[in-house]
Amino acid sequence: MSADSPIVEIGETPLVPAHVSAAFVSDSVSRVTEQASPVGWWMVFGVALLFLGVLGLSVGYLVWNGIGSWGNNSPTAWAWDITNFVWWIGIGHAGTLISAVLFLFRQKWRTSVNRFAEAMTIFAVICALLYPTIHVGRIWALYWALPIPNQMAMWPNFKSPLLWDVFAVSTYFTVSLLFWFVGLIPDFATLRDRAKNVARKKVYGALALGWRGSNRHWRHYERAYLILAALSTPLVLSVHSVVSFDFATSVMPGWHTTIFPPYFVAGAVFSGFAMVMTLMLICRQVYGLKDIMTMKHLELMNKIMLVTGSLVGYAYSMEFFMAWYSGNAYERYVFINRATGPYWWAYWTMVTCNVISPQLFWSKRLRTSIPVMFAVSITINIGMWFERFVIIVTSLHRDYLPSSWGMFHPTLIDIGCYTGSLGLFFTLFSLFIRWIPMVAMFEVKAALPGAQPSHHHAHTEHAEPAHGALAVKEA
Amino acid sequence: MQIFPRSLNYLPLIAALGVAVGGAGVTGGIWYYFSPKNTQTGYAPEQPIHYSHKLHAGDLGIDCRYCHANIERSQEAMIPPTQACMGCHAVVKKDSPKLAALRDSWSSGKPVEWVRVHRVADYVYFDHSVHLAAGVGCVTCHGRIDQMEVVRQDQPLNMAWCLECHRNPNPNLRPKDQITNMTWKPSAEEATQLASVKLHGPQYCSGCHR
Repeated sequence: MSADSPIVEIGETPLVPAHVSAAFVSDSVSRVTEQASPVGWWMVFGVALLFLGVLGLSVGYLVWNGIGSWGNNSPTAWAWDITNFVWWIGIGHAGTLISAVLFLFRQKWRTSVNRFAEAMTIFAVICALLYPTIHVGRIWALYWALPIPNQMAMWPNFKSPLLWDVFAVSTYFTVSLLFWFVGLIPDFATLRDRAKNVARKKVYGALALGWRGSNRHWRHYERAYLILAALSTPLVLSVHSVVSFDFATSVMPGWHTTIFPPYFVAGAVFSGFAMVMTLMLICRQVYGLKDIMTMKHLELMNKIMLVTGSLVGYAYSMEFFMAWYSGNAYERYVFINRATGPYWWAYWTMVTCNVISPQLFWSKRLRTSIPVMFAVSITINIGMWFERFVIIVTSLHRDYLPSSWGMFHPTLIDIGCYTGSLGLFFTLFSLFIRWIPMVAMFEVKAALPGAQPSHHHAHTEHAEPAHGALAVKEA
Repeated sequence: MQIFPRSLNYLPLIAALGVAVGGAGVTGGIWYYFSPKNTQTGYAPEQPIHYSHKLHAGDLGIDCRYCHANIERSQEAMIPPTQACMGCHAVVKKDSPKLAALRDSWSSGKPVEWVRVHRVADYVYFDHSVHLAAGVGCVTCHGRIDQMEVVRQDQPLNMAWCLECHRNPNPNLRPKDQITNMTWKPSAEEATQLASVKLHGPQYCSGCHR
């Protein structure tokens, strides 16, 4: 009996129902990319394209006319742009956590979710990268942020956390992309072998990089995947820590706290899981993948959201405790202003969405109810957007000098840049669903009952060689 | 079934070579062709009047400050108004066909539209008076104007070039009374004295960018 088999004695059940076979997995997942898209897909894609257009227009207007087109102004020099950046980067955290950390911890349930989550990560990071890019104003001078020898004898300031951010996020993007692509190779080979026409064979054949599923291929693959998992695991912690340094290393009350790195990482995982949940619930419904993404998967994800949501709630209360305990009048004022000042509504929206709503998941009935988890997953993402808005805008709008206090008012371009990024995200995601297997087929097959080599006498009736052989049989 | 030809096995090799050669080519190309030394130096636009610095500053020996007055007190190097030219040309060569445009400007009151040669980016606050007060001569940045039939940009005027002197100005310093002298060479005594001057230009951002 292998270590991955469920322990029946303590009530564990298999990850996927008994009738799910290797052929069923290949069929139900590959089918999505092979058949004409359902009407629902076209609707989502159409609306997403529309908002992508909004993004193009807003960004074009912004670049042409300058940053003054946004509502940012002294004292709120950062507002929606950085809010959106941190929000998207946070959402992009679930991918690495699911694919790398859960992989290293041998959590087999990740197999149904990881492809999905990694794709979401990559698209979320693309959306996130947009904001610092356009926020520099003169985007043609963006290369100044990189250490490229130039005629100005100018060099980036390595003491600045904003520069660390450039490296942290671009490293994260590169590693996530590699990780995603390496994980896709065997599945691309499956699609290639199932392809009926030459063009499809060639495109998926090129992407599969000559994969034939030989023993040697699998050995190399598993080694590479393990190395990439080990490389990206520290990134789960580092990227959002560095993002939090943008704030924590400044001397702004409300930003200058040591709790920020863990608090940001917990929030990032929280919002990432919520976004994966929202997208998964839609896709398993539309494409009938309920036997692969089972209630067990959803429940486990809800438990993670409950944990991270409570961590975030702890961080919120600890910030208030520290504001009182430090005896710092400015710090204290910022937090009183957060909860009762002109932005009280943003603060309490955040608390309601992030701290109170995931507490529903203590109840087994609620955390296994699809409508409840769908509503909560969306609520969490709204709450996490407000968290960043609250951190950024309420800290800035009333700083040390009461004479320069002010309010932030978003402009149409602010709104266009935000809603437009959702358009970009969903456009990329629709295309992913349409052309790339959205579940890691070969990994799910490896988690099927009896897929693992068995060295003992129990369950020998299902004993089969390693999953490599399955893929060959499949092909 | 083979979907790709066998020759495709060379693709990784060719791609690696392409990236190496192409990368080096692009880097080298940008390094050379996009440098201000290539794009800026030597710029010599045609002017509305063929004014010869070689004749006026070189052969006739008129001091730079006769026309570019205020240069020691002002941020801008003043471009002389028509009146400055007419100070002489009302009597010298007053019927020359080459000066028709100048006389038109004189009678109409519309300034001659000289084309700017030396231009730095709009976010650079270059101040002539500070540099002259420190003892940097005209020739250091503008070259041998007294030998130029048409004025051309002699130095690249890019930031690295500015910083080179801000970090170590001594080789470019001279006595204050030799500022406009195009041919001045330090004597051994002067050289030692100038080398010991404790001076440096600002190297922080807001020194030149405000």
